[in-house]
Amino acid sequence: MATRPQHTRGKKGRPKPARKGAAPELYKASKAQLIKFYREMLTIRRFEEKAGQMYGQGEIGGFCHLYIGQEAVVVGVQDCLLEGDSIITGYRDHGHMLAAGIDAGAVMAELTGRASGISSGKGGSMHMFSTRDGFYGGHGIVAAQVPIGTGIAFAHRYRRQDNICVTYFGDGAANQGQVFEAFNMARLWDLPVLYVVENNRYAMGTSVLRSTGSRELWKRGDSFKIPGKQVDGMNVLAVRAAAGAAIDQVRSGKGPYLLEMQTYRFRGHSMSDPALYRSKEEVQQMKAEHDPIGQVKKLLLDNKMATEDDLKEIGREVKAEITRAAEFAIASPEPEASELFSDVLVEVAS
Amino acid sequence: MSITITMPALSPTMTEGTLLKWLVKVGDKVEPGDILGEIETDKATIELEAADQGTVARLLVAEGTEGIAVNSPIAILLEEGEEKVPEEEIPATPSPQPSPAEGRGEQTPAVSEQLSAEKPKELEKAAPQIPSDVKTKQMTVREALRDAMAEEMRRDQRVFLMGEEVAEYQGAYKVSQGLLDEFGEDRVIDTPITEYGFAGLGVGAAFAGLKPIVEFMTFNFAMQAVDQIINSAAKTRYMSGGQMAASIVFRGPNGAAARVAAQHSQCYASWYAHCPGLKVVAPWSGADAKGLLKSAIRDPNPVIFLENEILYGQSFEVPTDPDFTLPIGAAKIERAGAHVTIAAFSLMVGVALEAAETLAGEGIDAEVINLRSLRPLDTAAIVESVKKTNRLVSVEEGWPFAGIGSELAAQMMEHAFDWLDAPVARVSGDDVPMPYAANLERLALPSAAGIVTAAKAVCYR
Ligand SMILES: Cc1ncc(C[n+]2csc(CCOP(=O)(O)OP(=O)(O)O)c2C)c(N)n1
Ligand SMILES: [Mg+2]
Repeated sequence: MATRPQHTRGKKGRPKPARKGAAPELYKASKAQLIKFYREMLTIRRFEEKAGQMYGQGEIGGFCHLYIGQEAVVVGVQDCLLEGDSIITGYRDHGHMLAAGIDAGAVMAELTGRASGISSGKGGSMHMFSTRDGFYGGHGIVAAQVPIGTGIAFAHRYRRQDNICVTYFGDGAANQGQVFEAFNMARLWDLPVLYVVENNRYAMGTSVLRSTGSRELWKRGDSFKIPGKQVDGMNVLAVRAAAGAAIDQVRSGKGPYLLEMQTYRFRGHSMSDPALYRSKEEVQQMKAEHDPIGQVKKLLLDNKMATEDDLKEIGREVKAEITRAAEFAIASPEPEASELFSDVLVEVAS
Repeated sequence: MSITITMPALSPTMTEGTLLKWLVKVGDKVEPGDILGEIETDKATIELEAADQGTVARLLVAEGTEGIAVNSPIAILLEEGEEKVPEEEIPATPSPQPSPAEGRGEQTPAVSEQLSAEKPKELEKAAPQIPSDVKTKQMTVREALRDAMAEEMRRDQRVFLMGEEVAEYQGAYKVSQGLLDEFGEDRVIDTPITEYGFAGLGVGAAFAGLKPIVEFMTFNFAMQAVDQIINSAAKTRYMSGGQMAASIVFRGPNGAAARVAAQHSQCYASWYAHCPGLKVVAPWSGADAKGLLKSAIRDPNPVIFLENEILYGQSFEVPTDPDFTLPIGAAKIERAGAHVTIAAFSLMVGVALEAAETLAGEGIDAEVINLRSLRPLDTAAIVESVKKTNRLVSVEEGWPFAGIGSELAAQMMEHAFDWLDAPVARVSGDDVPMPYAANLERLALPSAAGIVTAAKAVCYR
């Protein structure tokens, strides 16, 4: 069983991974659920690998932030959500969209800037939305999504819906002032919002050790009386268990909750980041010992819930889906030139 | 089918790279995510990961090969079950010469780096910038900015640099390369991502007598901090009857980069130029960058210093004298001409010069003014030029409404009305948030062709 990665100061102030500690609370997943988690995480992984490759080929431009390594977080949280719930995140958003059930082709076509993209080719990697799926973006400005997510929760409450808004943000974003302004209002008005800090230890090249003196991000709600919990975000069962309990509280009207998911990105911040601020050994160790997909694969095999062949078959199906998405994204036409001026404002009949 | 691995593009502006090292050999089995080798780009060394499963069948380029064009084949994988690569599937070994037509350059909208990187040298002959007895050195805008900061930090202990990723990472765009090493962590300071907070902290430090250089990773993020910039930095000298003021530079890339879409590509020139209590500077060349940044740091007032990411990699001749500065508030004629005046700033100066070349071929002799400073604006220099040419075209990347061009038009009405033979024409970015799609982005940004059209229109041609 995986232990949670912890941030203790190692040599040269680098975070030292995982001490053996108390086993985290784990969700008891059925075989079908475990296979579902495996498939969903693998879909995100393969999608991101493909996106990285297409970026290299010049099919995708601008900034492209991959979610590889963090898959367990969205897959575990999303499994707790109900029809009508909302989610919102930053620019590292492809995984959130796939987990929300948005078509991989429409996401990939947005990355290639095509008319069939989820934002009609006008938003790109960092700015994607699908309100139909409860996905409110895809925001390029660090932490902007935190008050916005709080506002979506406000709207759920205003309409007396039982729905909640899951608001994801990074460890770097956690230092922005507007996060605390949002926390204060969320508590003041008991808004149905689950804050999920995806603590992947780095904000671009800045380790959490160098960005704050208050590193227990799950305690960031303390002074606002928002309860918090630290979770092994590399283990989908730990994520599922913690998110399930937190969401029950939020949904029952008890107000906001904060989960710190301790996770790790296997790739650089964006495609052009050589990631010299962390050691190869650290990355290697996280990949070898904490890979969220590897962990579930091992569980499935060890418990004889699936054979190598079953998993290979899933791998083939996922690959086929991603290949189809990529082909669609490349074959689709660019937006019409007239689209340059559409959707700036909506015309109002006078 | 075997899988061909090609030289990847690893940043929006990369066109070629060096294959430093292979970490696999022929016969190795690889999984997605495995590291195949190391590639060096203009900015960094990056690992090349496998995207597919397979067995390495061929390594097509040797370790150490330089100048491999983006998208040219570098290795071949065999898929599961394949024995060997059919001959017809082996791509020709790539030529080490970069071929920009196949690379990213084609797709980079509006201004291709290659084009504008070569242009200035040639054009400097047409209108020499620097007297011939001044010692100069060829350097990039990135290096010129770094040298300006380093020289001023050596000169004045009160000067320090603060911002996201400026120290250990050496700058998100590598502008502060080496500064941490030279000046230490007391004077080159990495901040958390808290623009509002550190801009305000910088203003406070300036009120208390220090001279901060506050770097915004890009000016898009300065919007988080705009209240401290305007309400605190710009207005305090006035509000305090001159007792208290901020000698501070807010600097970073402004304007559109490539394909980063609406929230990351915007020109803030007219936003800041609107505000009394600020100076607003927008350099184009390496000499501009160095001379104006040094003046901005020495200036007792708050200065907004608008750089441009696409210019960072372009090279120019730059004076080496550590006392070289350029006055804030003086425009520069980059190219003398008689028929029409084109006024531009930052990246658009290069585009305007390109347009002037085209116009010359059609018998129109354009004068290109590099505004350099937007507040104060060198109205006198523009009026002088218009008295000669009787026509003005303004060029900016920003939006047209209430833009710099609108201000130039108003200034000409007030100060040059009798000399104008045509209404002032404005070339600007389109009045929309920046789209992501390559074709739409190209349309949204001002181009040399657009400037040519506008110049011809005011010449009634
Ligand atoms: C307000 C603002 N400042 C700076 C940036 C540039 N930037 C983009 S991502 C990033 C790092 C954010 O790190 P974190 O919140 O930890 O999220 P992660 O990238 O690790 O998912 C920075 C500084 C931005 N987009 N917005
Ligand atoms: Mg982070």
